[in-house]
Amino acid sequence: MSPLLQGAITILVGVFGCVGYFYAANLVLDKVIYPARGPNIGRNINRANAIRPWLFLLPAILALSIYLVYPVIGSLFRSLYNRAGDEFIGLGNYVFLFGDGEFQQALFNNALWAIVVPAAATFLGLLVAQLTDRLWWGNIAKSLIFMPMAISFVGASLIWKFVYAGDPDIGIINALRGSLGFDPMDPIQLPFWNNLFLMVILIWIQTGFAMVILSAALRGIPEDTIEAAIIDGAGPFQLFFKIKVPQIMGTIVVVWTTITILVLKVFDIVYTMTGGNFGTQILPSYMMEFMFRDDGRATAVAVVIMIVVLPVMIWNIRQAQREMR
Amino acid sequence: MDNIAGQNNALKWAVNISVALLVIAWLIPTVGLFVSSFRDRDQISASGWWVAPFSVELTYRTRGDAEPRQEGGLWIIEGNLFETAEVAETFASGEAEITGFGVRAREPDLFPAGSEGETRDGGTLIVNADGSYVYSNAEAPERPPRVYFAANTPPSFTLDNYRTILTSDGMDRAFINTLTVTIPATIIPILIAAFAAYALAWMEFPGRGLLIAIVVGLLVVPLQLALVPLLNLHNLIGIGQSFVGIWLAHTGFGLPLAIYLLRNYMVGLPRDIIESAKVDGATDFQIFTKIILPLSFPALASFAIFQFLWTWNDLLVAKVFLPSDAASRVMTVKIADDLLGSRGGDWGILATAAFVSIGVPVLVFFTMQRYLVRGLLAGSVK
Repeated sequence: MSPLLQGAITILVGVFGCVGYFYAANLVLDKVIYPARGPNIGRNINRANAIRPWLFLLPAILALSIYLVYPVIGSLFRSLYNRAGDEFIGLGNYVFLFGDGEFQQALFNNALWAIVVPAAATFLGLLVAQLTDRLWWGNIAKSLIFMPMAISFVGASLIWKFVYAGDPDIGIINALRGSLGFDPMDPIQLPFWNNLFLMVILIWIQTGFAMVILSAALRGIPEDTIEAAIIDGAGPFQLFFKIKVPQIMGTIVVVWTTITILVLKVFDIVYTMTGGNFGTQILPSYMMEFMFRDDGRATAVAVVIMIVVLPVMIWNIRQAQREMR
Repeated sequence: MDNIAGQNNALKWAVNISVALLVIAWLIPTVGLFVSSFRDRDQISASGWWVAPFSVELTYRTRGDAEPRQEGGLWIIEGNLFETAEVAETFASGEAEITGFGVRAREPDLFPAGSEGETRDGGTLIVNADGSYVYSNAEAPERPPRVYFAANTPPSFTLDNYRTILTSDGMDRAFINTLTVTIPATIIPILIAAFAAYALAWMEFPGRGLLIAIVVGLLVVPLQLALVPLLNLHNLIGIGQSFVGIWLAHTGFGLPLAIYLLRNYMVGLPRDIIESAKVDGATDFQIFTKIILPLSFPALASFAIFQFLWTWNDLLVAKVFLPSDAASRVMTVKIADDLLGSRGGDWGILATAAFVSIGVPVLVFFTMQRYLVRGLLAGSVK
């Protein structure tokens, strides 16, 4: 069966399956189990209404449990077993990881990514948001800077290969170096700095995201605080740093953490640009080296990534609960 | 109280110029890719895309093809290099200009145009800038001379790369595979999430707060954690690496964001409408399908765009949950694992492949930007 046909059938089965499930489950609940008639009508309606939320939630809870909750626990257990999965080796995989130079490098690089990318993307996003605010062509400018969000990490990496290429007739950086009289070089193989060059790609993608959200936040600042500051004689820079930024601090933190989480998960850029060579390894791409080869070590790396993300997760949950009150 | 920059003309100019510079910096990489995808391989390796509108100097190899004639004791061959069989097709437009010529491959432009050069068989050769050549030799030549020449070739833009990519390189297959993965993986989670979001937004039941907290927590679970256990699970229940597997995986991974976005939106819908519907005797199922679902269209559209972009652009999930044979590669995998290896030096093909793969999402982005922005704001600012 061709995958396309299979896809069409899946859509039909999926959509009609979902609609059918919800419709039938409601029907059964209201007409068969607790019918809204007879001597117990009041009790029946109440019971049906107590059960209904769980009917609505059941598919989602099932999918979330199988596809996200179970794997977290499964990975945790799997990481304690050896390569074949038949022998419990305790923290053996972790001991190997922390002794492995490449893992240490990946950890260090990941920390670098997690510091540089969110900081740069948030800063540039804020800068663009402020500069384009009330510019007559601001929306066009924002649209263009936002566009990389739509591009895949693989596509973006290819795009930047044309910037970084060692051949001065292809890579624009080497063309510029050439016109200044320098010899061509391959920026992607330059130790340490190549990490930053790869980060530029993600910053290029994420600045648009930061800009969109911060721009909305800037517009949400009450006019009277700005007016008051101007009347008091604040200059444009004072106005920005002392009046505007403090008022959108909450949003800045949200943008920052969102990008941080993304940074910890992205493996595509390093995989496409260097394959983890030349000292650019990060945890997600390091994990792919063990994927399909050694499940024990692969899951151990995944658990390390999870541990790094955990504080942000807890902070997010706290934040969400505070809002609900 | 207008623009703070408006108070000061110099500042206003500074703002305009710096935004323009930023936009240009942001666009340059993509423009380079776009331009390169329309250039042929020779042009790409001879000059950068930023000079694509100008002529490039390329070297060619050809052989004179006129019949020799005798004149005053010399054998003479005359003709125009641009019209010789080996290069005629390239110069059909007839705007090129020869800068130099030679008789050996190692020195293709040894003699400047218009001068006289000696051929290997002892004859003399004159090549002019317009392509005309005169070859003369005291002895009868066995065949017309081999000539190398460098010519300023006018810029040429072709669709050949697109033809290659879309017909012969397996990219057409990959394009269809990407579509096949993306569409079900976008539609199915929406329905499941919409019902769950309604329950979390408008139904009272114990444990609701806890469930919402769990959904928020699952939002940031790294996908890496899910790969090994789920692949093993899929192998165990017989799905293995297949399209069914990747649809299920994308559905599961997309649900937290879907539920979160939709719930945030539904909570903001006016309470009056829902309560008056309840008073009129509508059941929850009716309220959901007749009122909530139509009103939530913007949020549904936001999530659909997110999920579409995410599944279309995904590399990790496709690498793990789809088989790695050529028949089921999606475009991202095709580019990262196949083209970058086998076509590593063929920049025109790479650029075209990348452009084919980013074309659809960029189109969706520009037409549906409003919903995308709204979704981002609902997901983050709240």
